[in-house]
Amino acid sequence: MIELDGLTKHFGRKVAVDRLSFTVRPGMVTGFLGPNGAGKSTTMRMMLDLDNPTSGTVRIDGRHYRQLDEPLRTIGALLDAKAMHGGRSAYNNLLCLAQANRIPERRVSEVLDIVGLSAVAKKKSKGFSLGMGQRLGIASALLGDPEILMFDEPVNGLDPEGIHWIRTLMKALAQEGRTIFVSSHLMSEMALTADHLIVIGQGRLLADTSMADFIHRNSRSYVRLRTPQREQFLDALSGAGLAAAEAQDGVLEVDGSTTEALGELAAEHRIVLHELSAQRASLEEAFMQMTAGSVEYHAHSADAAPAPPPTGPAAPQWAPRNEGA
Amino acid sequence: MTTPHQQPAAPAASYTSPIPIRRAHLGDALASEWTKIRSVRSTMWTLGVMVLLMTVIGLGLAALVTAVGEPAPTDESVLGLGVFGALTGSICVITLGALTVTSEFGTGMIRTTLTACPSRARVLAAKALVFFVLAFTAALVTVGLVALCQVAMVDGREPTGEEWLLGTVGVSLFVALLGLTSLGVGAVVRHSAGAITIMLGLMLLPLVAGFFMLGSSALQDVSEVLLEYSVPAQLIGVYGEAAGSGPAGWGAVATMLGIAAVALGAGFAAIGARDV
Repeated sequence: MIELDGLTKHFGRKVAVDRLSFTVRPGMVTGFLGPNGAGKSTTMRMMLDLDNPTSGTVRIDGRHYRQLDEPLRTIGALLDAKAMHGGRSAYNNLLCLAQANRIPERRVSEVLDIVGLSAVAKKKSKGFSLGMGQRLGIASALLGDPEILMFDEPVNGLDPEGIHWIRTLMKALAQEGRTIFVSSHLMSEMALTADHLIVIGQGRLLADTSMADFIHRNSRSYVRLRTPQREQFLDALSGAGLAAAEAQDGVLEVDGSTTEALGELAAEHRIVLHELSAQRASLEEAFMQMTAGSVEYHAHSADAAPAPPPTGPAAPQWAPRNEGA
Repeated sequence: MTTPHQQPAAPAASYTSPIPIRRAHLGDALASEWTKIRSVRSTMWTLGVMVLLMTVIGLGLAALVTAVGEPAPTDESVLGLGVFGALTGSICVITLGALTVTSEFGTGMIRTTLTACPSRARVLAAKALVFFVLAFTAALVTVGLVALCQVAMVDGREPTGEEWLLGTVGVSLFVALLGLTSLGVGAVVRHSAGAITIMLGLMLLPLVAGFFMLGSSALQDVSEVLLEYSVPAQLIGVYGEAAGSGPAGWGAVATMLGIAAVALGAGFAAIGARDV
């Protein structure tokens, strides 16, 4: 269990982390989500006592990091894959860590085996690909067989097989009752792994909720339809007590109904439909909306609001408009 | 042995590792730092170059003196020939001392190291101890063997016991302490090239500045102090030939000890307070 209480970090006049308070509980994967520069890595460094907080505290199983007897036995962390000496072999990089916490040497071979690096154990780690470096970092986190595991952007640089592997590994570790804390800037990745979600933006806590709850609240579902008999259909809708929002190009969006009900309604009034489909706003959109006000580095797009993911290649501005499509 | 989390386990309220936990201490940090220093090739290269330079320069000088056939002045011991090798070799020791700390900052390894051992003073103390013992041992063996050869090759006065002790143990201590100073500087500046440059400047600048000031009568005193207390002058002093009123013999070693203590103290203060 990790408890943060009013954690704050200032870099000069810039506030990187602003009064963060939350608890990371055992037995589940807690996702730590935020756009780039939101303060995720700074928060994680403060949890590990690498950065001194300006104010506030972090407690790991009730104790400060410096009070832990053999920290690697309690908490294992993957901060960034390159936090190893490139001139040292994978085996020796792990061995010197193991010795600092009296972890038996055979454990080094074991964790190399778990992450699938046994074949390159004696190779210098500077020759490793990003994915192999990431696996070595994960091996160092697992070294002390700790109760708490922290991963900062673990899927970075991993191939699809590696991503699947890390997801399965995190879930299995949580199943054993361990506390898993994993950061990401990808909502879609979190939706697949995390049970609980903590969202921050510009160092401030934006959400602390279960994943299921987040999905339930943030993914609006609606029915999208097009019809040449718009007025008749709108009348039929209001007759059924439903309202439609008008989107671009004559598309209607209806909340609080189903495709079945609307299809039958149209048939009843002998209205022709050109499109009828169930839609679900993506979690990515919900996340972007939530953090829109706090994104540090905006790409300068024409409109200030975060644009929804484009559905296809946008037409060049100078192309003749295809009117009435 | 299979790892615990490869076995399917029922969901539990909390997880306890089967590996027993005990309180880590300096001994663990020492074992860790020894693994680090021996498992990087640059360490062995730097020490190898040091041994090579000391041996080649020491024996070469002895051979040269013998070939010229000029009898050594009776008031100086043959061991004094070792000074050139020691001076050149100390540059390698400076490099190794700085790299011991700065390579961790350069690679990001320091973050991993400190998560394993959050007591920063313990990490730096272990690094300093491992480095000092390694540098001192390597220097002592090399200096000792070279000195034996020099005494055997060159005709001259037999060195006294005190001269032997200063010319081997004293010089090795001086060189290792110089390296320890470099390690302290490395912990403050956290940058390999920066630390080595500062150390070379520290060694050479007083000498250069001192020579430039010699021309000015107003700066006569400053110039003398700079020349007498410069690192090369002190190293010569260890062999018993003080430059003017500068420290000589064990006094020079003690001065170096003071400098190393200050640098290391600054290193401890810096690593304890700053974010990594």
